[in-house]
Amino acid sequence: MHLMYFTEQPMSAYDEHAAEEGVTALLFSNSNFDPVAGSQLYNDRLTEYKLAEEVGVDGIMLNEHHNAPFCMQAKCNIWASVLAGATERVKIVLLGNPLPLADNPIRLAEELAMIDMISGGRLVSGFVRGGGTEQLATGVNPAYNRERFEEAHDLIVEAWTRPGPFRWEGRHYQHRVVNPWALPMQQPHPRIWIPGVLSRETVIWAAKHRYPYIALNTTIEATKRIWQTYDDAANEVGYDPGPENRGYLLRVHVADTTEKAMQNASQFMWMQGEFTGLAHPVWSNPAGYASPRNREALVEVMNGRRPPPRAQSFDNQIENMQIIAGTPDECIRKLRTILEETRPGILALWGNDGRVTHEDSMRCIELLGTEVMPALRDIGAELDLDGPFDSEPPVSISYDEAAKARVASAAAASGD
Amino acid sequence: MSDGYTESTIEVAGLPIQVLRGGEGPSVLVIHHETGNPGWLEFHNALSGSRDTILPTLPGWDGTERGDWMRSVRDIAAVCSLLLDELGVADVTLVGLGFGGYVAAEMATANQSRLSELVLVNAVGLQPEDGEIRDQFLEAHADYVKSCFADPANFTDLYGEEVSTEQLIAWDANREMTARTAWKPFLYSQTLPHLLRNVTVKTKVIRGTQDTVVPAAVAHQYVSLLGDAQLIELVGGHNLESDAPEALAEAIVA
Repeated sequence: MHLMYFTEQPMSAYDEHAAEEGVTALLFSNSNFDPVAGSQLYNDRLTEYKLAEEVGVDGIMLNEHHNAPFCMQAKCNIWASVLAGATERVKIVLLGNPLPLADNPIRLAEELAMIDMISGGRLVSGFVRGGGTEQLATGVNPAYNRERFEEAHDLIVEAWTRPGPFRWEGRHYQHRVVNPWALPMQQPHPRIWIPGVLSRETVIWAAKHRYPYIALNTTIEATKRIWQTYDDAANEVGYDPGPENRGYLLRVHVADTTEKAMQNASQFMWMQGEFTGLAHPVWSNPAGYASPRNREALVEVMNGRRPPPRAQSFDNQIENMQIIAGTPDECIRKLRTILEETRPGILALWGNDGRVTHEDSMRCIELLGTEVMPALRDIGAELDLDGPFDSEPPVSISYDEAAKARVASAAAASGD
Repeated sequence: MSDGYTESTIEVAGLPIQVLRGGEGPSVLVIHHETGNPGWLEFHNALSGSRDTILPTLPGWDGTERGDWMRSVRDIAAVCSLLLDELGVADVTLVGLGFGGYVAAEMATANQSRLSELVLVNAVGLQPEDGEIRDQFLEAHADYVKSCFADPANFTDLYGEEVSTEQLIAWDANREMTARTAWKPFLYSQTLPHLLRNVTVKTKVIRGTQDTVVPAAVAHQYVSLLGDAQLIELVGGHNLESDAPEALAEAIVA
């Protein structure tokens, strides 16, 4: 198994009454932002990440959002660069760079290659479409989000793997000369993982590329439906996916006592961002961003015809294990159920959020690394939950000769 | 023929363009707002009393086939110009409502010889020297469209007390078309003002005094850039064709 630590890096140092209707992304004025508190926040997170490596975490998961106090990572490559130099062993897992926001994917390819080399080949380069609100925050056309995502991905992989110089004449990107003098240390290229919540199209796209899909805090049932969609698409391109193709992000707060753990875990409800369902329905779904098949439901939410999908109550989320909190033993028992039900080879534990103190975050990380994760590794071994770094599957379908042969053989048999 | 107009489909650039047409007399082509074509209104009826009134639905709007290649307002203008060729009409009065005014202005810069008159009604297309064009992407569809009417009763007359889900879906798809063609800069061109200096066709720049979508400055900018333009102010909002249908039709044919 590959076990990661994650935090959104939320900024809670503002007057909560300043945010109208609880919506804190996009238009919540940055006049409420305190850069001194921001400096403290970043440096505390660095101390926590270093502890995570010390106590045995396999990977540190990073992400990126814009105009949003719920996530202070405005550029995940900055944190990845810091960790490339400040850590020695952990994988640096970006989930991920929002590709449509890039006007120059070649520059992104160079940044990622530098991170991979500086870290000694520890980069996992996840890619995302970015949230709907992100398109507004960065002025990127939501109607071309998926086109830009796919083309930027193709260009980055090509820049990493095809000897330059060559020319790129795409729909959204045109480059006279593609010939970056910074290439990834990992060959043929760093592993690419795709995180997501809702988009069926993205699940299918990831499966067809043989990229692991990381389900972000979905319910057990929703996660199983995602695997079914993934498996069907994978079978079409000639391979049978297993745990190495499946990742799961889950909120898990561990403390020395149940009471303390529950008190801190309730801070997961503080975050007024995309995952708790408090995102502004209009800003989250700019026209053209979402799949047309969701248009009816989305316009009804946007225009007040049906209630927006709100997060379930804390008690409900504890009950259905979308939030796990307790002592190490209590958490391990619940996580066993999660692993048995969803069978991921990649598990990200989202430990701390909201106003949890630095001291409590440090203790949580220590307990995760020294008590919870060793037990999870044993359970993973018992359940055969190999991650991508255990079984070393091809980095993508392009390098999966067996899958290509199966598809060719099936085509020949059907006379195509 | 229904209610004084006919419906037809004309293929332009591989796209089927739906066209409503009614009345007799000199031809008037009306290009609708970015929120869509609500059909043959009292305004079109008023115009068709003395004019051959032509109302196309821009391709991609209101459920019609879109060209994935069509990615700028200038592309739309080219399609509309080709539509005029296909219709075989000359000496046309070209009327653009809001976003349609932007399309009409682009058409005039490409070929003004076929136009007898240009009428820009609450047109976007120019960066306001004072104020900003309203950003519909921050508002729910129904809220934005309501803001286009000075009199809420006119909104209700058109869309009912409760807007249908089908209409909301159409507004969202139309908003997507707006993003596809006019996202950045939003609803204006940085090159159009330079090209307008050579447009000499007689122009009426009509502004609704209660328009909350387009700042008043834009109408004045059009008047100063165009060679032969007069400013007409009518009481009403952005959708003047609903707030003041008779007055607008009279101003156009005058």
